[in-house]
Amino acid sequence: MQSRNGLPGGSGGGPESSVEWDPWYDALASGWGELDGTGAPAFVAPSVDRGDGVRSGGAVDIYREVQRSAAFQEVRGRYRRFVVPGVAVFFTWYVSYVVTATTAPELMARPVAGAVNVAMLAGLGQFLTTFLFTWAYVRHARLRRDRAALDLRWDTQELTRGVRGAER
Amino acid sequence: MTGNHQTLALLLFSAFVAVTLGITTWVSRNRRGSAEEFYAGGRLFSPMENGFAIAGDYMSAASFLGISGLIALFGYDGLLYSVGFLVAWLVVLFLVAELVRNCGRFTLADVVASRMSERPVRIAVGTSSVTVSVLYLVAQMVGAGTLVALLLGGTGEAARAWTVIGVGALMVVYVSLGGMRATTWIQIVKAVLLMAGAITLTVLVLMRFHGDFNHLLRTAAERSGHGNAFLAPGLKYGGDWSARLDFISLGLALVLGTAGLPHILSRFYTVPTARAARRSVVWSIGLIGGFYLMTIVLGFGAAAIVGPDAVRRSNAAGNTAVPLLALDLGGGPGSTGGAVLFAVVAAVAFATILAVVAGITLASSASVAHDLYASLRRRRGKPRSEVAVARAAAVGTGAVAIGVGLLARDLNVAFLVGLAFAVAASANLPVLLYSLFWRRFTTRGAVWAVYGGLVPAVALVLLSPVVSGSPESLFPGVDFQYFPLENPGLVSIPLGFLAGWLGTVVSAGEPDEARHAETEVRSLTGAGAV
Repeated sequence: MQSRNGLPGGSGGGPESSVEWDPWYDALASGWGELDGTGAPAFVAPSVDRGDGVRSGGAVDIYREVQRSAAFQEVRGRYRRFVVPGVAVFFTWYVSYVVTATTAPELMARPVAGAVNVAMLAGLGQFLTTFLFTWAYVRHARLRRDRAALDLRWDTQELTRGVRGAER
Repeated sequence: MTGNHQTLALLLFSAFVAVTLGITTWVSRNRRGSAEEFYAGGRLFSPMENGFAIAGDYMSAASFLGISGLIALFGYDGLLYSVGFLVAWLVVLFLVAELVRNCGRFTLADVVASRMSERPVRIAVGTSSVTVSVLYLVAQMVGAGTLVALLLGGTGEAARAWTVIGVGALMVVYVSLGGMRATTWIQIVKAVLLMAGAITLTVLVLMRFHGDFNHLLRTAAERSGHGNAFLAPGLKYGGDWSARLDFISLGLALVLGTAGLPHILSRFYTVPTARAARRSVVWSIGLIGGFYLMTIVLGFGAAAIVGPDAVRRSNAAGNTAVPLLALDLGGGPGSTGGAVLFAVVAAVAFATILAVVAGITLASSASVAHDLYASLRRRRGKPRSEVAVARAAAVGTGAVAIGVGLLARDLNVAFLVGLAFAVAASANLPVLLYSLFWRRFTTRGAVWAVYGGLVPAVALVLLSPVVSGSPESLFPGVDFQYFPLENPGLVSIPLGFLAGWLGTVVSAGEPDEARHAETEVRSLTGAGAV
């Protein structure tokens, strides 16, 4: 703790709060007071930033607030609705490929065209699906997630900067 | 083997060493050693650069020479192996890369420790990361000794010992002087060389068969003496039930282990944002996938052109299949073209080893300095600069790797890479996924998840046929083999997840909701990412 910084409260005279002072950022209270919705400034405990992600007080409330926000829930939902089925599908497809190859080589040896057999098609199919899944994931992230996540990032950083100076 | 291509190969080796040392001095000029600089190269690499570096970090000599050798000897079963190495990247892309970039700073432990009580978690994750790194490193060092001796014809003890010492010394110099920046550039150069070498050979093989892949497969099958069985699974991993289960175990370890390899995870911190981390994974998937597709052509090409018998005569494990193929494609033994291509392949293999060991040494020194030293040092001891500790840790890691590499140089250590993946999948992946996705996960759960995966994985290997009880074991004379599989993944990976769950449900305290909120918000939005 290098200084005690009285943050200007949103609607007059909140408890004087102290945050770690960081010369890179002004401890501006841009919008943080509105967060808890009651009009009163959020309680800001002395921030103990050990430089490793451990902190307390207002920043924590902000993260919980953001976590509950509809915008964040939407980003998280979009991410999970894509990733969970995606992982389930490619993992099942890979495991069934390995298990079939080790337990049913006769099935895999069945010829398809020329020297190409089921095993060769399945193996090259694994390569192909890996490329397709990569493409689909990147496209989904770019179109459905990036913009909203970036907005949330700036908003959250704006808020946390207000209560406790710099991240580190 | 004539002296011709040996001289040329030595010249190319020396050129590569000179270039990499030049890179190391060039990038480390005028730079003060901040932790950001040493561990993450200033975080300013572009996605393409990082993608090449990831590919360079990941594709070891085991991939280049080992997998194509396996295909040359056993046909389809070698391909089965490479599929696991590639599909693993989907796990990294979907679940790990962006989130880890968003909530960590330098190591895997950073991600976990941001939610948990710092000390026990850092010690646990640091220990398992160092274990994975050392296993992987020893495999590479012993492989380097064997390989260089093999390629240069000097199979004498002295040549191998000096190779191990030389590789160890070089990697220590790269890492301790150049940090992440030098390591990254070496990996990029290596990835370019490796891809160029593989493309050249693939094109030459396909030209030999007039672009007819079908004809290539048929010739390989005929030449192998196995007929169509060569093109189907079963020649290597199709024995009794324990052999089959062993391969399933290895397959699981490969596909889940990559996302827990410390030297791969630390690469995501070298780019500025999560989006850049994602794009670097896309680059690396393209490069790695393309490379493994080429190893299929090279492997079947070696079987068709050189023939499995000639390959087996040169090296029983098939590691010389690609160099022999290069010799033949260049015009055969004694020709200039053959000598040049052979020397190029040998130099690329050497570059491959150096780039991979440098990446692992760096990751290991980061775990020692940033996780273990920071947690274990005495509080009243005088504080040292973390980078100084990391440099010392790189020297220490190098010394250990050289020592173990020398002791183990006559042992069959092929299982070590599979084991490193199994430990990464059992000890690192559960704790990482739980921290990122499970709201109720606790400190006790984290510590249990790490040790609950690490201890069974190592213990099962000690009780497995790779250590005792069979003629190919490390200690063939004794028999304390109680576990039938060579790779412990099938048992230890579920145990790691189970232990993490159990530790969490028996935790006394409530999980810290606030810090979970912070981890979740930061991991998905990048808020507050460094």
